[in-house]
Amino acid sequence: MAGGTFLRIENVTKRFGRFTALDRIDLDIAEGEFLTIVGPSGSGKSTLIRLLVGIDDVTEGTISLRGERIDQVPANKRPTCMVFQSLALFPHMSVGRNIEFPLKLRKTAQGARKARALELLRLLRLPESYYGKMISQLSGGERQRVALARALAFDPEIIVFDEPLSALDYRLRKTLEKELKDLHRRTGKTFVYITHSLEEAMVMSDRIAIMRQGRFEQIATAEEIYSRPLSRFVANFMGEVNLFSVAADEAGRVAWHGAEVEAAPGAVLPAPGWRGALMVRPELIRFLGPQERADFSVRGTLVAEYALGSRIQYSVEVAGGMQVTVERPFETRHEESVGASVALGWEADAIHPIADESTQEAGRGKA
Amino acid sequence: MEKLENRLGFLTGLPIIVLLLISFFMPLLVVAGFSMMPQKVFELSHLPDFSSFAVIWQQGYYKSLLRSLGLALLTTAILFVVCWPLAYGMAKVFGRFSLVITVLVVLLLFVSENIRLFGWFLSLMKGGLLEGYVRHWFGVSFESPLYDWPVIVFGMAYVYFPFMLFPLVQGVAMVPDDARLAAMDLGAGPTRIMFEIEMPLAAPGILVGCLLTFVLSAGAVAEAKLLGGRSVVVLTDDVESAFTYAQNWPLGSALSVMLIVISAVIALVPLSRIDLDAMMGRRK
Repeated sequence: MAGGTFLRIENVTKRFGRFTALDRIDLDIAEGEFLTIVGPSGSGKSTLIRLLVGIDDVTEGTISLRGERIDQVPANKRPTCMVFQSLALFPHMSVGRNIEFPLKLRKTAQGARKARALELLRLLRLPESYYGKMISQLSGGERQRVALARALAFDPEIIVFDEPLSALDYRLRKTLEKELKDLHRRTGKTFVYITHSLEEAMVMSDRIAIMRQGRFEQIATAEEIYSRPLSRFVANFMGEVNLFSVAADEAGRVAWHGAEVEAAPGAVLPAPGWRGALMVRPELIRFLGPQERADFSVRGTLVAEYALGSRIQYSVEVAGGMQVTVERPFETRHEESVGASVALGWEADAIHPIADESTQEAGRGKA
Repeated sequence: MEKLENRLGFLTGLPIIVLLLISFFMPLLVVAGFSMMPQKVFELSHLPDFSSFAVIWQQGYYKSLLRSLGLALLTTAILFVVCWPLAYGMAKVFGRFSLVITVLVVLLLFVSENIRLFGWFLSLMKGGLLEGYVRHWFGVSFESPLYDWPVIVFGMAYVYFPFMLFPLVQGVAMVPDDARLAAMDLGAGPTRIMFEIEMPLAAPGILVGCLLTFVLSAGAVAEAKLLGGRSVVVLTDDVESAFTYAQNWPLGSALSVMLIVISAVIALVPLSRIDLDAMMGRRK
């Protein structure tokens, strides 16, 4: 077993007094992977990475790297390195000395240290003249890069990121997200990144782990999480999705809560006894013309319209009271104005069913 | 509008400016003036000369100056070593318990310095509290530690303890936890972290604490007098006897001026280089 896995977190629990921050967590991370842990504040994601780098100790469970336990190894001996949310650059040292700090601890010769620091500055696309600058002279994005350079100078097996981009403005964040992904590809290091923004996670990660109340809700690729979330929590976390609450009785009759949806004859419906939500992404719903038919349709009133640049988002209050979000490309925008009566429709293959926890065993997959 | 505010600032500051001019700068000017008068005169209406400074050199008064500075340096060093761990604990570890320590140390300041030093004198003298009880219970007698330079250093360290402790607590509080954790994460051990991260980042507090204790102990009178019993002559003793017993005001003034100038240089050079605003938690 141990031969193949790179980093294995097994049955890890962390308690602070009577509060359980992490509850029997299991996670395998492959070498060279970019894994992002996403969750709201207080979900335990920061706690998990603090255990990983050794700032805090596990209460129960083990963390092993290449089959060897590292959870008892002190932080300054672990081959992990963290980029802090605050970056934690040393303000009393120059950029060069910050980057060289881990090298100096390893007693690398001064010439080699400087050469490596300059090499890292180039790798992070900072001018070499920054070597002698003080941290206070740098902009937010530049500090970000110095923090990364310092982490890379340590040459860790795993680099852990604690929401380092959260304090930056939107455009810089977008740029750095892409740079980070690019850097990951060029260095081949294992990156573990935590954030509360799923959008950020989608841009960068190979896999995403969604965390909630000290447990993983789903661990999968961005594509999988986007199109097939396992729970309402994951679906909601992605923002604008439509979740139709549905219950099927034993005879197979389906009751829709909050929306009077009409199903075309022969449309696929949940199995008898199934309860849960049918997820339909906003871009898969379209406006129906008078003669048009779809597998599922519902009538409603257009209540708002938001321009999102290349797309337009509509809010429709459908019969039954639910607010449905529809997103269309700008070219196929709907001409009717707010207040108009509209018909919405979508096809059966646009539906992703999410079973309620009590019935999950009964009706996983498409019913 | 801005002009009015500036003027208001000046006007409200006026009383304290006047008070400082009269009570602080005037005596300094008088002392500076007397230091340049001929020996043993009592008014400032003579032609200035530098005979007092010549006397300081010729009659070896500079030795007591060096002694004062040496004792002050030793006191500062001892206080720093003692206070650093305590300050660290108060700023980072003890939590609410550090308030208890603060109150206890502040309470100490409520009792006059002389009374506290007399307390130590009574405790340490031969046949006093300490030696008396030890002899009574164990039948062993020992020499009193009084009347020597170590007890003077002890007395100054005791009296100026709060002046080192509180600035250090402020300084240590300025060290971000993340910087310490990051250094550890990058492979640094506790000693490295202390010397390369914590102390440099706490430098403003360290400087203020060291300057306060150094300047205060260099000008201290009571410790040498009460605990040292004049067996060790420090500069302030010379100043006092020049002004009183010897009736040589210019000599006393010259000695004072030397101490003031040395203290000022030692204090102002580092103070001009640190950011006191950041230390008080203010942002520019």
